[in-house]
Amino acid sequence: MTELLEVRDLRVDFPLPGGVLHAVDGASFELRAGEALGIVGESGSGKTMALRALVGLLPRAARLAGGEIVFEGVDLASASAETLRAIRGRSIAMIFQEPMTALNPVMRVGEQIAEGPLVRLGYSRRRAHERALELMRLVGIPDPEERAEAYAHELSGGMRQRVMIAIALSMEPKLILCDEPTTALDVTIQDQILKLLASLRAQLGVSVVFVSHDLAVIAQTCRRVAVMYAGQVVETGPVEQVFREPRHPYTLGLLRSVPDVDDRRDVLSTIPGAPPDLADPPSGCRFHPRCAFAQDDCVDGEFPLRALDGERATACIHHELAAEDVRREPVIAGG
Amino acid sequence: MGAAAEAFAEAAVIEHRRGFRRRWYRTPSFVAGASILGTIVLLALLAPVVSWHDPVQQNLLGILQGPSWTHPLGTDELGRDEWARLLYGARTDLRVAFLAVLFPFAIGTAIGLLAGYFGRWVDTLTNWFVNVVVAFPFYVLIIALVFALGSGTRNIYIAITIVGWVSYTRIVRGEVLVAKRREYVLAAQAGGLSNARIIARHLLPNVITQAIVFAMSDIVLDILAIVTLGYLGLGVQPPTADWGKMIADGQTYLTTHWELSTIPGIAVVITALGLSLLADGLADLLRPE
Amino acid sequence: MSLTGYVARRLIQIVPIVLGVTVLVFFLIHLVPGDPARTILGNHATPHKVALLHREWGLDKPLPVQYWRFLKRMVRGDLGSSLFYSVPAGRLVVQRLPPTLWLIGLGTLFSVLIAVPLAALAATKRDRLPDQIVRAVPLVGLGFPQFWLGIMLLLAFGLHLGRGFPVGGYGSGVLGHLHSMFLPALTVALAIAPILVRSLRASLLEVFESDYVTTARSKGLSERRVLVRHALRNAVISTVSVLGVNIGFLVGGTLIVEQVFALPGIGQLMINSIFERDFPVVQAVTLAFAIMVVLVYLLTDVVHALLDPRVRFD
Repeated sequence: MTELLEVRDLRVDFPLPGGVLHAVDGASFELRAGEALGIVGESGSGKTMALRALVGLLPRAARLAGGEIVFEGVDLASASAETLRAIRGRSIAMIFQEPMTALNPVMRVGEQIAEGPLVRLGYSRRRAHERALELMRLVGIPDPEERAEAYAHELSGGMRQRVMIAIALSMEPKLILCDEPTTALDVTIQDQILKLLASLRAQLGVSVVFVSHDLAVIAQTCRRVAVMYAGQVVETGPVEQVFREPRHPYTLGLLRSVPDVDDRRDVLSTIPGAPPDLADPPSGCRFHPRCAFAQDDCVDGEFPLRALDGERATACIHHELAAEDVRREPVIAGG
Repeated sequence: MGAAAEAFAEAAVIEHRRGFRRRWYRTPSFVAGASILGTIVLLALLAPVVSWHDPVQQNLLGILQGPSWTHPLGTDELGRDEWARLLYGARTDLRVAFLAVLFPFAIGTAIGLLAGYFGRWVDTLTNWFVNVVVAFPFYVLIIALVFALGSGTRNIYIAITIVGWVSYTRIVRGEVLVAKRREYVLAAQAGGLSNARIIARHLLPNVITQAIVFAMSDIVLDILAIVTLGYLGLGVQPPTADWGKMIADGQTYLTTHWELSTIPGIAVVITALGLSLLADGLADLLRPE
Repeated sequence: MSLTGYVARRLIQIVPIVLGVTVLVFFLIHLVPGDPARTILGNHATPHKVALLHREWGLDKPLPVQYWRFLKRMVRGDLGSSLFYSVPAGRLVVQRLPPTLWLIGLGTLFSVLIAVPLAALAATKRDRLPDQIVRAVPLVGLGFPQFWLGIMLLLAFGLHLGRGFPVGGYGSGVLGHLHSMFLPALTVALAIAPILVRSLRASLLEVFESDYVTTARSKGLSERRVLVRHALRNAVISTVSVLGVNIGFLVGGTLIVEQVFALPGIGQLMINSIFERDFPVVQAVTLAFAIMVVLVYLLTDVVHALLDPRVRFD
């Protein structure tokens, strides 16, 4: 199977006055054509930075510090600014978390949707406008002719996100990167948007990388998942397998800490300790200070992803301990 | 409850101050500004020592002379020593500018505190006053006031106060509006502390830093105002040396002795630069981390 | 809410301010030591006229009554007569208005033309040499007394280099006006440009970090298009506000610039009247200046509303 996107050992740094913060510190994952890959992790895990790094849209303070990003045979990490620019929108599009701030407040939404085709595909004004209306219909925005003249602040959150999706689709990209697209929406709308994304994927065959901290959303949307912790990918595999039988203590901890209405407990289960300081991370396995299964050999060395059978991989060398634990006390995975 | 709130507020204020002591010598703008200003102030204070002519002493036999050993910057159109006039002009203008800042600072801050804290009609009324004063261009109102009150330094202070309180009120009011929603104020109120105490001990130290920073750049504005009034003939009265008047007097000789108007202007620019750098440095230092 | 609705609402909001302005102007004469009637009449004062004025203005009545009469006179257009020219002060002000209006308009235009490219340059080349220079300029520039700046420009361009511009006066005809106005307008513009550049640069930097600029970049648009169509479009909105807030400074600057370049506008009128102790004219010009500032501020507000659709929908 050919991979559409292969990320190897990605590194993103934030130079600070006192040192360097390694937001992404050796993350690897891959995506096949037509697939939906979820990247899950807490805030600070590096998942958003990893996503942004793919198309070179890191914040000003950040730097791509290493790794390879191979998209359709081209290494985007070492590509020129021109190459990156050409790929953006046409081959890889992005959807952001907060549609209110991600849309230009003084430009009509129709114009913003039409901008890509107008400027980059050379469409005439009329044709671009028609394309915009077409896209608005596709994403389920009623009365597109009227809505196209609206400004972002006049639309509801769900509508705004639909506009963002329309923008992402406007140049028929092969890959859409989603940065927590439903986090800022309320639950009913969230569901609508996720269903919309699913149906669009089915219709158009576009691949998706979906970043979220919400395990349920990932479970609902993606076929494969990559779990990130402290700037590294610690486990990958098909979503069902990973969530039912995690092979990394962190994944287990995450799963256990999702409150479940049906499961009565006295104490909310959490992962003990605090997320590590990314400027000065723990030695060896990053998770070992908080890990219930930590052993002596976890304290030193490098722990890259190693393949298990099937499509799974994990960074933990004692992954059977996590698997055993979950067999004894299964997690009722949400979703 | 009250004690906890006090402690909290104390901590917030101390944080500000500690930051200041720690970093001032490492902030380039502060150091540069202080050096420039310090030099000028020093020269102004030592004027009698560093210059050896009387700035008002006319010498009609030696007018418009170029630089020489006795007159390092030459003489003006009445034979007065330029160097001495420059230094004594610094004395006058700096003194008036520094003093002129105090009243607007005090009055404006007080009004801003009250308007921001009590809100409602106090605030509305204050805003009305502010908008009315602001509707007049700065110089127009100053000049009109100086005209009405009469010339002389005392009236300059009054005019600047009437026009200048506005900026402080705006700044302090803005800060108070933000600060009064913070926990330490709510805690103090819940703890039953009187309004007066809250304003004086808790709000004031935290909102005043912005006003102080502005005061630095306000001194620049005041120097410019005094110099401008001097140029228009409405400022400090002759024969006291004043940079503005010197520039005005020199304008007639622009074609032949352009330095008469140029040099005092450069003095103003350098002084203003020093103050601006100082203000920037101060703003940097007092900004909470 | 439509644009006209917004404008109407703002107009109503400035009524109390205009009233406040008249109150302040009214008080000016009472600040002068001595009898207001004598101040107003100046050299023309005779005991008879003074008594007449006392009665007409109600100078023995309480202040609110005096103010009311003052307001009524004002609305009729009666601001007293110039002591020097013996014509109604109001008419004098209106006559001398055009050069000042030219100066304000041209000065604003120049300031925008100077500020926008500089700010865009500084923001796009952040922290590199062009930015450092652009940032240093306001630091030094704001310390320039405006009148001195004018004199220096006069020295440089009027008297020495090329003698390209007249050293004073208004000129005739539109081209003549523009020619004479060039240096004065430039002086006014240079005085306010640093503030605009600083504000616009900060806005642009903020906008560059915003999410919608990232969205625009994610469409693969060129940096130039991102700058012009997305960043500037948003950043200028706040700069229009800054311009509005500082308009008092700009208008006030014309007073001084007119003096330096001998332009026959209301600023020069005011200065001359001050030296002639022509109180009615001083009063009238002060009022005129304030009304102008309020109107121009309203204008910038309207422009702001035109540029920013969020504003109208309150």
